[in-house]
Amino acid sequence: MQDFLGEFYFFLEVLISGLLTGTLYSLIALGFVLIFKASGVFNFAQGAMMLFAALSFVGIQEKLGVPWPVAFVLAVLIMVILAYLVDKLVLGKLVNQEPIILFMATIGITFFIDGFGQTIWGSDIKVLDIGIPTGPLFIFDILIDKLELVAGVVAAIMVAGLAIFFSKTKVGRALRAVADDHQAALSVGISLHHIWIIVWSVAGLVGLIAGIMWGTKLGVQFSLSLVALKALPVLILGGFTSIPGAIVGGLIIGAGEKLAEIYIGPFIGGAIENWFAYMLAMVFLLFRPQGLFGEKIIERV
Amino acid sequence: MFYRESGQFSSSYKQDQAIFPLRQDRIGVYLILLVAFFGVPLFASDYLISAIFIPFLILALAALGLNVLTGYAGQLSLGTGGFMAVGAFMAYKFATGMPDMPIILVLLMGGLMAAAVGIMFGIPSLRIKGFYLAVATLAAQFFIEWLFIKVGWFTNYSASGVITAPPLAIGLPFTSLEYVFDTSTKKYVFTLSFVVVLALATKNLIRSHIGRGWMAIRDMDIAAEIIGFRPLQTKLSAFAVSSFLCGVAGALWAFVHLGTVEPEAFGINRSFSILFMIIIGGLGSIMGAFIGAAFITLLPIFLNNVPPMLGMNLAVDLVVHIEFMVFGILIVFFLIVEPHGLARLWSIGKEKLRTWPFPY
Amino acid sequence: MLEDTRKIGDILLDVKGISLSFGAVKAIADVSFDILEGEVRAIIGPNGAGKTSMLNCINGFYHPQQGTITYKGTTRSQMKPYEAAAQGIGRTFQNVALFKGMSTLDNIMTGRNLKMKSGILSALIWRGRAEREELEHRRFVEDIINFLEIEAIRKTPVGRLPYGLQKRVELGRALAAEPDLLLLDEPMAGMNLEEKEDMCRFILDVNQEFGTTICLIEHDMGVVMDISDRVLVLDYGGKIADGTPDAVRADQNVIDAYLGGGH
Repeated sequence: MQDFLGEFYFFLEVLISGLLTGTLYSLIALGFVLIFKASGVFNFAQGAMMLFAALSFVGIQEKLGVPWPVAFVLAVLIMVILAYLVDKLVLGKLVNQEPIILFMATIGITFFIDGFGQTIWGSDIKVLDIGIPTGPLFIFDILIDKLELVAGVVAAIMVAGLAIFFSKTKVGRALRAVADDHQAALSVGISLHHIWIIVWSVAGLVGLIAGIMWGTKLGVQFSLSLVALKALPVLILGGFTSIPGAIVGGLIIGAGEKLAEIYIGPFIGGAIENWFAYMLAMVFLLFRPQGLFGEKIIERV
Repeated sequence: MFYRESGQFSSSYKQDQAIFPLRQDRIGVYLILLVAFFGVPLFASDYLISAIFIPFLILALAALGLNVLTGYAGQLSLGTGGFMAVGAFMAYKFATGMPDMPIILVLLMGGLMAAAVGIMFGIPSLRIKGFYLAVATLAAQFFIEWLFIKVGWFTNYSASGVITAPPLAIGLPFTSLEYVFDTSTKKYVFTLSFVVVLALATKNLIRSHIGRGWMAIRDMDIAAEIIGFRPLQTKLSAFAVSSFLCGVAGALWAFVHLGTVEPEAFGINRSFSILFMIIIGGLGSIMGAFIGAAFITLLPIFLNNVPPMLGMNLAVDLVVHIEFMVFGILIVFFLIVEPHGLARLWSIGKEKLRTWPFPY
Repeated sequence: MLEDTRKIGDILLDVKGISLSFGAVKAIADVSFDILEGEVRAIIGPNGAGKTSMLNCINGFYHPQQGTITYKGTTRSQMKPYEAAAQGIGRTFQNVALFKGMSTLDNIMTGRNLKMKSGILSALIWRGRAEREELEHRRFVEDIINFLEIEAIRKTPVGRLPYGLQKRVELGRALAAEPDLLLLDEPMAGMNLEEKEDMCRFILDVNQEFGTTICLIEHDMGVVMDISDRVLVLDYGGKIADGTPDAVRADQNVIDAYLGGGH
């Protein structure tokens, strides 16, 4: 009996850890969803933006020696400038192209931001510590990682904030209009470029926060942008345009991955976290090609 | 003035359908082949051949493979590295498991195995389209990488994890006569022959109804099905051919270029690099695969050598970062200026050549 | 007026009780009609009446929730689009579904795909079987190009062609498959008078010379009355009239729903 309880507690720990990691994935996925919702562009550069934001954040602290809230604001400013540049130099010039071209352009942006970030801030691993509690915590004898808990809470606040932003504010309404129909939005006087800059900035902000969370966990380094690739399965499960979907998708992927690694991994050699999420997403797609929350596409000829 | 097609009329459909109907194009291609087969081996240094020409040829073959799948058939794939790995490892298994098998057959078998894997990962493409398919191919990429690292059978249970590729040798059966391709020049000619034959075969496929089927599915898959193209068969044939070419390229990469068979050479970065080749070179163009491969192969060398020539000495890792930045800028630049890549710029150039030197 | 020497035969396509919904939206509600072999059948009605959806059902692209379709004697409720094509059903589309990345010639050649049997291996080698097949079908396609008078644009990428010519190329692609039943969705939309007359001529030639059964959706009443043998009228997904052009023109329901008093 003691053994079973121990096993069960262990299972809960793995599950909760997975769920919380999942919220970290969701944070990244949120950035994707925002941009896709508003401009129909799948922003492959979200991961690079996240890394760049985190690098800037840490770099500013180091170079200018300012307290972290100041660095935060400055980092946000940098992301806004980045958003402006992306709109001016890339999006603006590719307005009527097919989605695949825009997607490939974001791959180009990814490479540029990666190289640029490392040119400016250097490429050694940076420690990111702004006082977010780390280490284990015991609730009812169940081991929970403090950082993951904080991340979960932060993600929840972000989601709530974004949801309110979209539904209650004027800008949020405009964003939804643009997501629905570019032409119609234009015809009621909404400037596409303003919207895109706003959206990319918000995505940059989300990226910054996600970057800070992940950076505290892993240190700020290049592989962070690869973590963003993990957001893809999240988006597949949750749909590309749904904010709640990004959350649910993240939870499922995070939990699924952890559980698979612990319970299935040992039988087949371990390290299956590298590919499990993608396989899961692929299998899922076979049954529901539009994801959990995505809209069913009715094709017309 | 020189590049005019006047006076060259096709008097039969057969002539019209030739790969290079214009005499100028034909002469150009023969010249290139002449230089490739004779000029380079005679005049180029060993370093040039092994560091530039051989990798260029092999990567061009892989780019050709990806172009078949993504450029012609419209199925976005990020799993190129994985398929190359299958070709490399399975060729290794055949070479070590059946030592009497001729090397050409070994390489082709590697390709066939890759084709089989490609078909497997292509099956979801019936239900899954666009970006979603890219994620399925990522699944293939990461899973295959993991498989070759974890499962010892592929490396013949090598303790060190580094396995040497068998030497390239063509033997006369039942005799002990063999011709070994050991110098870089010999390896170059071997690779060149392979690539030229496969490129020709691919071109033939593209201009047949199979190639048209791929392009139809790419342009309007619903209409294609309504006029009779079977979507699953068409997509799977694209996956098969594409993975075959990538598999052979992977086997060549291991056997000819690296000399070892290692999974690291076929990671996600390789997949992206080849995708860039076809974006820059031109989607849906055979020439584009070659142009793009040349570009991406030469760019790092250019970036490594130009700054010192200008008197700037940059740290090695800084050069890598700048490389990234330049890649990024170039991709965006090409997508803005000419989404159809350098190959399209080339055809536009040829059209202008027709009226040169008279602008009207 | 030339004597009509066509033979209008038995029922080629028999549509019974088709109902089609998308979620809560009912696109087609219990529609039945037939098409006789060799005739020119028109389907008319206001926008949104379900005309294109009906054609999509016949092609096997949409699967109706109820009803059956009997084609050449075989009844089925569901069919895959390529099966329909293999059975001899050809189609053009309302919004020109040509393959924009290919030339006119290549587009029409795609119409021959069902007749091209050589496999991957033959194609790889090219000389021999694949080349022979390609040339044989090229000859057939060139006949169609002559017929439709589009020789001058055969190598032009179709994306660069004006709308009227695109529609003609699309007709060529459908004809390349030598269909028994040709479904045309607004083949004359957006054309001027001359282009329309040309198109009419082509359609009638196809019907009279090759005996192809035609079913067309069209809004131009002059065209419909001129060239069709029988007319089906749809409104809000339901059938409101079915008969000869004169009968339909005089039908009060049709006048109220679609034609208006002036006709």
